[in-house]
Order: sequence, then C-alpha cells, then structure tokens
Amino acid sequence: MSEAQRTPFVESLLEAAAQAQLPGSGIGWLDAARRENLDAFVAGGLPDTRMEAWKYTALRALGQRRFAAGDAQASTRAIEMDRYALAGIDGPSLVFVNGVFRQDLSRADNLPAGLTLQPLSQVLKGDAEPLRFALSRHYRDGGDVFARLNAVLAGDGVVLRVAANAKIAQTVRLLFVGAPADAALASHVRQVIELGEGAELSLVEQHVATDSHQNLGTQVTDIVLRQGAKLRHVTLQDASDASTLVRHDSLQLDAEAHAAMYALELGGSLVRHDLHAVLAGDKSRLDTGGVFALRGRQHVDTQMSIRHQALNTTSESVWRGVADERSRGVFRGAIVVAEGADGSDASLSSKNLLLSAQAEIDTKPELEIYADEVKAAHGATVGQLDERSLFYLRSRGIPLAEARAMLTAAFCRAVFESLPDEGLREHINERLMAQLPSA
Amino acid sequence: MLPNEETVMLKIENLHARVEGKDILKGLTLSVNPGEVHAIMGPNGAGKSTLGNVLSGRDGYEVTAGSVTFNGVDLLSLEPEARAAAGVFLAFQYPVEIPGVNNTYFLRAALNAQRKQRGEKELDSMQFLKLVREKLKIMQISDELLHRAVNEGFSGGEKKRNEIFQMAVLEPKLAILDETDSGLDIDALKQVAQGVNALRSSERGFLVITHYQRLLDYIEPDFVHVLADGRIVESGDKNLALKLEAQGYAWVNDKDPALTGASA
Repeated sequence: MSEAQRTPFVESLLEAAAQAQLPGSGIGWLDAARRENLDAFVAGGLPDTRMEAWKYTALRALGQRRFAAGDAQASTRAIEMDRYALAGIDGPSLVFVNGVFRQDLSRADNLPAGLTLQPLSQVLKGDAEPLRFALSRHYRDGGDVFARLNAVLAGDGVVLRVAANAKIAQTVRLLFVGAPADAALASHVRQVIELGEGAELSLVEQHVATDSHQNLGTQVTDIVLRQGAKLRHVTLQDASDASTLVRHDSLQLDAEAHAAMYALELGGSLVRHDLHAVLAGDKSRLDTGGVFALRGRQHVDTQMSIRHQALNTTSESVWRGVADERSRGVFRGAIVVAEGADGSDASLSSKNLLLSAQAEIDTKPELEIYADEVKAAHGATVGQLDERSLFYLRSRGIPLAEARAMLTAAFCRAVFESLPDEGLREHINERLMAQLPSA
Repeated sequence: MLPNEETVMLKIENLHARVEGKDILKGLTLSVNPGEVHAIMGPNGAGKSTLGNVLSGRDGYEVTAGSVTFNGVDLLSLEPEARAAAGVFLAFQYPVEIPGVNNTYFLRAALNAQRKQRGEKELDSMQFLKLVREKLKIMQISDELLHRAVNEGFSGGEKKRNEIFQMAVLEPKLAILDETDSGLDIDALKQVAQGVNALRSSERGFLVITHYQRLLDYIEPDFVHVLADGRIVESGDKNLALKLEAQGYAWVNDKDPALTGASA
C-alpha cells in the first residue's frame, strides 16, 4: 500500500502502536494477533463510501485528524459518579475513564457466586490463555477497520463470565466515561462475555462524558451464550456530542439461548455501531431493539446483521430513529436465513421520524432466505410527526415544543416497553425527553 | 334574546375563512355568554366543523375577514395552546389516537401546561389524582380508561366520553362540541349528554355543533342557529331544532340569498 494513503489518522495511530506498552505483550499468540491486525490496518486504511458497509458514513474528515495515544491522567481524574447513577442499579460494576480501568470507582468485590468480572488489563497480566480464541481474531473484512485497530491497541476492557446455571440477580453495570484531555485522544476497549449453559445475566453498559471532548473510542465485544443461557444487554450511549465512538459487537447463541440486545443512541458526533449475531443453535432466540435520537450535526450509523443458522430460531428486531436539525441517522438491518435453517422466524421493523427538512435518515432492511418453511417480515418507514396528533395535544394546552417531544418520545418508547426494569425505562424516557426538541 | 354586550364571552363578527383556497365561512356572526348553550345546526358542507377548527386554531384554516374576541382578547392571534389556556376547549369529532402516551400523563401535562400559561401553580401528582377521581365520579367513567394510551383502541363511545372527561378536568370557559353525537348509539349518546349536562354552569358557555336534532333532546340548548353556506341564516330557541328535524334542511337553502344568486 502506498505511503500516499497514510492519512494523518493512520499515522497518529501507528505512532500510538509503536509507543504502546500494552498489557499482555510478550504473549506470543497475542503479539502475533496484534501484529497481523496492525499490518491489515496499515494496508487497508480507512474505507471509503464505495464500500457497502460504509456507504452512508464518510470517514474522510476523520482520516485528516490525529489522535493522541492515551490519557496520562486517566487513572486519577476525579469523576462525579452520581451524575451517571441509574436508579435501582447498584450491583457489581466496572468503570473505565478514557479507556483505563478504575478500581477506585468500580464495585467488583464480593461478587455473587458464578460471576467473574475482571478488567482485561488484570487478566492479561495473569493467565491469558482462556482469552486466546477471542483475542486471536483476525479481522479480514476491510470494513472492520476499527475492530482491527482495537485488536492492535486495546489494553483494557471487560472479561465477564457467568458459570453454568448461575442466575445473577443483580444487574451488572459497565460504565465508560470519556473526559477531555490536552489533545483529542483515542482509547480502545475490548470485552469478552460468556454465559455458560443455563446462565442468566442482565447487563447495562453506559457511555458518558464528563464534559465535551473530541476523543475517539473503539470498543469490540464478543458475546457467547451457551445452551439455554439468557442475556439482557442494554447500552445507553450518552457520549460527548463532539466525540467519535465505534462499537463492534459479535454475538453467538447456542441452542435455546436467548439474548435481548437494546441500544439507546443519544450522544456522539460520529457514531458507528455494528451488531453481528449468529443464531447458531436450534431454538435460539434474539431480540434486538434500538433508538437513535439525533440533533445538531450528529451522525449515527447502526449496522446489524442476524444470521439464522439452525432450526426453529427466532429473531425480532424493533428499531426507531429520530433525526432533527442537520443530523443523520443510518440503519441497516440484514437478516440471513441460511440453508437448512428451517422453521426460522424473523421480523424486522425500522420506523423513523424526520423532525427537520435538513435532517436525513437512511434505512435499509435486507432479507436473504435460503431455507424452506420460514416466516419472515420486514418493514421500514421514514415519516414526520402526525399533524393531527400535534394539534390534538396543543388544543389541550400543551405547547408545540412539548407536544413534539411528547409524541417523539412515545414513538421511541415502544422499543423499550418490554424492559422489565422500570427504573431503567424511566431513565430512558427522561433522557429521551431531554434530548428531543423542546425549544 | 340578544346577548348582553357587557357580559359577552365569545364574540364572532363577520367571520370569513377558507380551507385549501375554498371559502367556507362567509360572514358568520355569533355571540355566546357564560352559562349559555348554543346549538349550531346545518347541512353537510355548511361550515360547522370549520367553525370549531377556526376557533381552536387548527392549521390550514385561513381567516380572510372578520374577528373573534374571547373575553375581550383577539382569539385568532393566539396559538392553539394559548387558546386552550384562555379557556377554549374543542371536543373533537374524531378524537386522535396517540399510542405510547398514557391518558393520565397526557391530562396532567395538559392541565399543568394551561395552569403554567395562566401563571397558576402546577398540580403535583397527588393533587391531580384527587381531582381526577372527583371528575371520574361525575362522569361515571371507569378509571380503567386512565391507564391506557390516549384514545388507543377506544370504542367510538369511549373516545367521546374521554373528550368530555378531559373537558371536566380542564374546566374550560367555552366548550365547543364538534358533532359529538356522530357515530354514537343511543346509550352512548345519553352517557355523553349526561356528562355534558353535569358540566353546565353559569360560568361556562357551550357551542354544540351537530347535524342532527337528536343530541339536543339530551342537551337542551338555549339558542339554536342554522348555519348554511358559511353564515347563520336563522336563529331561534330549541323549537327551531324541532322544525329542522321535521322539515330537513331544504327550506334553509331557500332562505340563503347566496345560494340562489352567486355561485362559489
């Protein structure tokens, strides 16, 4: 690959890789994986919009930016934890500041039986062998550029395991705090989550900011659910409005496993979320739901793929998008029912609201079916707030801005209605109302 | 029979309005005092619903001439929410279903928004619930309606009763009932009328817009006006409604010079 394509972005991250003193260096297979992914990153650079997966998200401007390697103060910055508290969720937690684990802010002692919850940085200093499979991944698809980068530079993150048949009653919380530093910096977090046979876990992941910052965050998460395991995973993305955040989730469900994955995207300047799931075992089930509510010049791109690969598998996906001002939302939901995956049932709904003439939403549901006896349905709409409903609310005395917020929140709320945790639903509703146009 | 100018609450003078470029109201004049119930009757297309929509401030209705004052204020210059706060309430002919917005939440937001605009203290949830319970009793409505989304999945009768229930909670000075009887069977009609009658008071005026006399058997008006081709062509007491019921609207057209002369 020619030097001409080494953008300032690639240059700055190469420098970071050269300086990095990552935990786990010296472990042969890990060094090799990091090196391979680095080579791929340098050779591939950032994709352009000719690549299908990046068709609606241009990275040219990002390519011209430089990011510093890390935050020297990450482990000492004062963090007001109360600001990010979630009512009713006070169980085990891991907290990271600019990608660095903070023991002092976390609660990982006295864990319930069957739960393993450790920062990756600690695990890599001990026996890293159990992580070998996950951390040896080589991202061959040029579209996975940020996963490559993450594989090279992630020195911290989450290792979470639930032992077979352990049902963890308390919701586990993962909090990622971004904070402004002297320069825009890049941080990289890697998560490995495994639920053993029949295990159950509820997980909440929060991305927040102390103040506005222009940092880049990458996060790669591998989740495996063994037979009959149940996971509920809620991501509340409330990052800085000036930040760039790329999350890449891979999910594997064995037989009779059930995962419910939710995402609320409120923050970020440039946000990309990939969710790739494989229903690998018979009778496994995946529910996904997400909302993006955008304003200003925010750009949020969700790319979801679900592969039905076994008998009698089910997936149900409900996504809602709202774009105001000059923001842009992108949703692509691709469902593949593989040959032989008979009895699969897949549904996908993507409904979207444009609140301004300058906003844009691109939604693209895709369905590929190679099996027989399959039930599949998908639908996508982009519309505006119903004038009749708005007038109805106003005729009762509710001011226009409040009426708009009320209708928009109601439109989004449907996604989270099945969440059993009322405090969480309340929090989501409050954040939505705060984000939605009110002026 | 003419309203006293001193106490007049709603004063509509020579009102002209158009919708999608078409003139609908063509010089409507009408006054309503507190405590009075005025029925507006007329054939389809006469402009009955347009009147309700213009008074409540719906988009798409262009007032081309005339004026409307409400307790001395230029009503037409106010946004719909400000009209509501001033005390104007429209019971919709077709109440809108709003999935995802809880009925109680909506009503409290509405009441508090009005109170805030009027500079009054907002009600907390305890005070509000107390108020709602009182009104439920008056309206003889089950509290089950409160827990559902606004009008979502309501029957025709439930929607209309919910409108009247909202009126009971919001306590407007002027209530406009836009064809509230449409789509109701006789039992539902009686229930709705009962609710309306419970809200009649010396401080509240009503504008009851209807095509049929039937509703007026249960909500007895003080005045009946016949609206035809955008203006009031005849006014009288409740006996006028009976005449309309017996003779239909054909004779009304004969009274209207506009219909025999110029065409629209």
